[in-house]
This record gives sequence, structure tokens and C-alpha cells, in this order.
Amino acid sequence: MSHDALLFASVFLACAVEGVEAVTIVLAAGITRGWRSAWAGVAAALAALAAFVALMGPALTALPLSALRLVVGGLLLVFGLQWLRKAILRASGFKALHDEDAIYAEEVAELGGLPVAAQGLDAFGFTVSFKGVLLEGLEVAFIVVTFGSNQQNVPLAVVAALAAVAAVVTAGVIAHRPLSRVPENTLKYAVGVMLTSFGMFWGAEGAGASWPGGDGAIPVLVAFTLLVSLALVATLRRRHSRIGAVGGSEVRA
Amino acid sequence: MSRVRAFMAFLYDFIVGDDPVIAGVVVIALGVTALLAAGGAAAWWVMPAAVAGALSWSVLRAGR
Repeated sequence: MSHDALLFASVFLACAVEGVEAVTIVLAAGITRGWRSAWAGVAAALAALAAFVALMGPALTALPLSALRLVVGGLLLVFGLQWLRKAILRASGFKALHDEDAIYAEEVAELGGLPVAAQGLDAFGFTVSFKGVLLEGLEVAFIVVTFGSNQQNVPLAVVAALAAVAAVVTAGVIAHRPLSRVPENTLKYAVGVMLTSFGMFWGAEGAGASWPGGDGAIPVLVAFTLLVSLALVATLRRRHSRIGAVGGSEVRA
Repeated sequence: MSRVRAFMAFLYDFIVGDDPVIAGVVVIALGVTALLAAGGAAAWWVMPAAVAGALSWSVLRAGR
């Protein structure tokens, strides 16, 4: 395989992995929290990314990606665990199935003095999309600059990255319709699992840890999080059925 | 002032959520991971262990 073909394949695969991570998060935010906020987050992240890349140029290689991964991973993990906690309590009967919207409406109502534009967007959906796309976009830019400059062919690296992003986004658009037919609470459960898994992965990497298998650790983390949460649902269901007859088992949080 | 307070309350709910212990455990676990990694030890296991522990403690307490 020629150097150019090797460069194209390496950048394409590396960027596809990053793209899948970003698209997964945007799909999760869009389907569960509304597409308007998710797209606004994507647009804001792409704008910030374009400005950043234009300003930094080749100096991108000096970017403290670890610090960014630590912050984004930590926040995603806290968000993911909040969702997963509520999803487990819902699935086990300790929390009503549709109270999330009511709680969110209360929070928005409390923000009565904020500008309309801020109220019109779902802060959670916007933030999760923004952070996911910004972090993965920076990683894609980093891959292009490092691979491209090492092989002295940045234009080819850019083409490979664009091809990878186009392929992954097309796959995401195709997956969007089937996913939108999945019940809302099941999706929220899945989003909690995904955010928690990505949060663990990025947070630990940002803190300096190396995952066995690199990016291959992500599906293992997803399986681990799913198994732990299902075990907790089973335990709580047994507990709920024991005390359910009393009628006072629903929790607020 | 009440707007600022409402916004701060919203931010707290948004970031910390229903159970502050979970956010605390995440911060501590990231710190432990950083310390272990800086010392050259394997640190990848800290986050999964912390997540399993914090999540179990939180939901089992809520479902008492």
C-alpha cells in the first residue's frame, strides 16, 4: 500500500471512530431532548471549532486535549449518571414514568426572568451536543494536522477526514428514523448508559489513564454499565414488589 | 437578585442533579485516576468501580 493510501486509510478510520462518538451523542440528545436544541448545539460547536481551527492552524498540536477530555468526560459522566439513576428508578417502579418533563417545565418556569432565546432551547440537549461535537471535532482536527504534517500531505488528510465524517453522518441520518420509534423511557435509559460510558472513557483518558484496547474499550464500558444498571433494576423491582402493597414507594428524585 | 439566585439554582440542578454524592464521587474518582496515572500505575479501573459503587449506593438509598 502506498504512503498516500496508508495516510488516507489511517485518517479515515481514526476520524470515523471520532465521528461515530459525536453522532451517537447528537442522536441521543436529539431524539430524547428535541432536535432544535441538538442542532443548535452542533451548529454552535462547529462555529466554535471553525474559529478555533482558523486561529490556531498548525499550532493545534499544542492543544491540551487531555484537559478538555477531563472536563468534558467528567461533565458527561455526571449528566449520564443523573439520567441513568432516574431511568433505573423508573424501570423499577420507584419513580413515575413521565415526570421528567414536568420537572423540566418547573425548572424552566423558575427561569422566568431569562431571555426568551435561552428558554426556547433545551439546555441539556444543547450542552451535550455542543460538548460532544466540539471535543470530537477537535480530535478530528488534531488527527488531520498530525497525520497530514507527518506525511507532508495535509490536503489528503483533510479529504480523508471529510469522507469519514460524511460516511458517519449519513449512517446517523439512516439510523435516526428507526431509533425515533423506540419508546421514550427506553431511549432515556439507553442515553444514560451511553453518556455514562463515554464519560468514563474520556474522563479517565483526560486524567491520564490508558484504556486496555484503546477505543475498543468503549463497547466494553457500554456493556458493563448496562449490566450494572440492569442488576440494580432487578434488585429494586424485587424490593418494590415487597413494599408495593403499602402504596408509598415512589420517590421524588 | 432573585433572577441570579434562580439561575444559580438552575445551574446547580443542571450540573449536580438530584444526588450531589454522585457528582462528588465523579470528581474524587477522576482525582484518584490522575494520581494513579501520574505514579505510573494502572488507573483505568477506577472510573468503572466508582460508577458502579456510586450508582448502586444512590439508587438503593432512593429505593429504601
